[in-house]
Amino acid sequence: MYRYDEFDATFVRQRVAQFREQVARRLEGGLSEDEFKPLRLMNGLYLQLHAYMLRVAIPYGTLSSRQMHKLADISVKYDKGYGHFTTRQNIQFNWPELKDVPDLLDELADVEMHAIQTSGNCIRNVTADHFAGVAVGEVEDPRPVAELIRQWSSLHPEFTFLPRKFKIAVIGTREDRAVMKSHDIGLRIVRNDGGDTGYEVHVGGGLGRTPMVSRLIRAFLPRPDLLNYLEAIIRVYNLIGRRDNKYKARIKILLHETGKQEVTRLVEKEFDQLKKQNDAVSPAEYERIAAYFQDPAYEDTDFNLDAFDEKRKQHPQFNLWLNSSLSEHRQRGYSIVTVSLKPIGGIPGDASAEQMHGVATCAEKFSLSEIRVSHEQNLVLPFVKKQDLFELWQGLKKLDLATPNVGLASDIIACPGMDYCALATARSIPIAQDISNRFADLERQHDVGELKIKISGCINACGHHHVANIGILGLEKKGVEFYQITMGGEAGENTAIGTVIGRGFSGTEVIDAVETLVDTYVELRQENETFASTYSRLGVTPFKEALYATA
Amino acid sequence: MPLLKDGRIVEDHWQFIGDDDDIPVQGDIVVSFERLKNSIEILVMRKGYLGVRLDNDADAHDLAPYINNLALIALEFPAFTDGRAYSQARLITTQLNFTGELRATGNVLADQGVFMSRCGFDAFEIDEHQPPHLWLSLANAMSLAYQKGYRARAGFSPRAVVASRVG
Ligand code: SF4
Repeated sequence: MYRYDEFDATFVRQRVAQFREQVARRLEGGLSEDEFKPLRLMNGLYLQLHAYMLRVAIPYGTLSSRQMHKLADISVKYDKGYGHFTTRQNIQFNWPELKDVPDLLDELADVEMHAIQTSGNCIRNVTADHFAGVAVGEVEDPRPVAELIRQWSSLHPEFTFLPRKFKIAVIGTREDRAVMKSHDIGLRIVRNDGGDTGYEVHVGGGLGRTPMVSRLIRAFLPRPDLLNYLEAIIRVYNLIGRRDNKYKARIKILLHETGKQEVTRLVEKEFDQLKKQNDAVSPAEYERIAAYFQDPAYEDTDFNLDAFDEKRKQHPQFNLWLNSSLSEHRQRGYSIVTVSLKPIGGIPGDASAEQMHGVATCAEKFSLSEIRVSHEQNLVLPFVKKQDLFELWQGLKKLDLATPNVGLASDIIACPGMDYCALATARSIPIAQDISNRFADLERQHDVGELKIKISGCINACGHHHVANIGILGLEKKGVEFYQITMGGEAGENTAIGTVIGRGFSGTEVIDAVETLVDTYVELRQENETFASTYSRLGVTPFKEALYATA
Repeated sequence: MPLLKDGRIVEDHWQFIGDDDDIPVQGDIVVSFERLKNSIEILVMRKGYLGVRLDNDADAHDLAPYINNLALIALEFPAFTDGRAYSQARLITTQLNFTGELRATGNVLADQGVFMSRCGFDAFEIDEHQPPHLWLSLANAMSLAYQKGYRARAGFSPRAVVASRVG
């Protein structure tokens, strides 16, 4: 994985020193909260319901064991022994004291991490496919280009006060595991007929109040042109994006109101100018970065299928875990293992210090010291030899990290909601916990099969409820929480926005409602049909009837 | 508003002339873009330098026909969070190739000085509460930047951004 050189390291250290000075000015009263706010936000520090919250970037979702150990240590030293992994490949600490934050940031810098631009109206942490570099059918690892964009966007002088936050995601496969089409810019690495590598450029996706799927504005952008093209898009957005209403300020609204054709014309025009004036992406710089992401030295493995099958029979729990946690690896003899951060009844995405240390150690032993963080708030061990799976499973089980529910009913995405977030209109964590408990029977979850339940605590949709099989949005009316259900959403290659199916439910009713929807599917499904395919075959009607039929 | 230029407070010899005010015979004046367009013949005949104040929702390219007549362009930050003028500044200096004074006005904060300077500003109407030494110490906090094409204009600070490498 990428390692900082002296330049990167100095950059991050200077940034911490600068923030240290700003915090000192704030604590001495030289800066008012109003003046301090934009400065702390540029460094990922929010003021939440009860305390400060620090959001740390995990660029393109890749972590080393060393970094994970450090995050665990930080959670003990500055928080209450927990970290919360978000849907955007970040980790959040909920209880740091303002005076300690500069020290915390220095400790992050020790392991080449930072919290730069994890909030504010700027270019946010660049995300990527969490299977990058090991996914089957990948044109190219998306992380070198994501790292290039990370560097280019860091403290960008022109794009730090955009109309609204700006999110970029990169993938290198047909399948989309990074919700690329829900980003302000989504890039897919492709190869043209001439064998050159370039990018599909998708613009204007986003969830929130007005969810939209992005539009393709360039089918093939040659690699050297990437940064100039990004600069052109973001400059056009910075100049003419709306600023009169924060709910209409994302680039998706510009595309919607001004039209894809006109926006594309403006971008291409600006791009033509920039090509004359700026250098292209230097191949040497790209290669320097890409060299860090080369395939590891894979080993020949001595995998004994019979012995393995025997283990599966002896340990039904192990078998269940294999069925939900493994993904195909491009290298023979290896597997990609998803580690569920969704224990039954737990808080989605939370990991204790012990668990973080534990996963880091498992990765040292079994995954070349590398860990990934997925937007689904799980962790991934990308380089596990099949022969090590049993031992790994035993290790994870001890850490309470072997719940066999990846991709199933209790693998719920949920935002922090009313428990932490200052913008929330309702609780989301307790709803996730209740649903998880309702489906505590893991055999049943496996029988139900693939199911994406996602919960947001307000219209901002951080819990991705628009792109779920069953999406739940927490709202509030006259001081009472209620929950709206959406169906028909999808997050993958065929991203689709779900629709609200009817009147809302109370916090207790909504748990029953979810169960009713699941039971309805089980009743109606044909052989091998997933929840999503039954829904697309039959539409919303049978589900609606089951939910709202008056007894 | 004190005017910061070349790292120190300088006297502001420019005078803003409202759209209904008479145009003085002498002296360096700044007018609105409307006035510039409507009265360009008169404005170029007079003695003294000419400057323009451009709203931040205007298209900077529209200045192209007048650019050689201008010695100052003032851009506005109605709030420090409104970053349109950064892009305007960039267009003015890199595409219209303007080399005169590019002045930041409005809610201009020291913590953003380096960003402004790297986008092409070289003069800043600053807040009394943020003295020049604060601007300079903040500018010196970061000696590195990633964006190669964005070079701070001369005179802002000796150390700001000595190295850069991508984009
Ligand atoms: S969806 Fe709303 S409540 Fe949930 S984290 Fe986002 S802003 Fe907060």
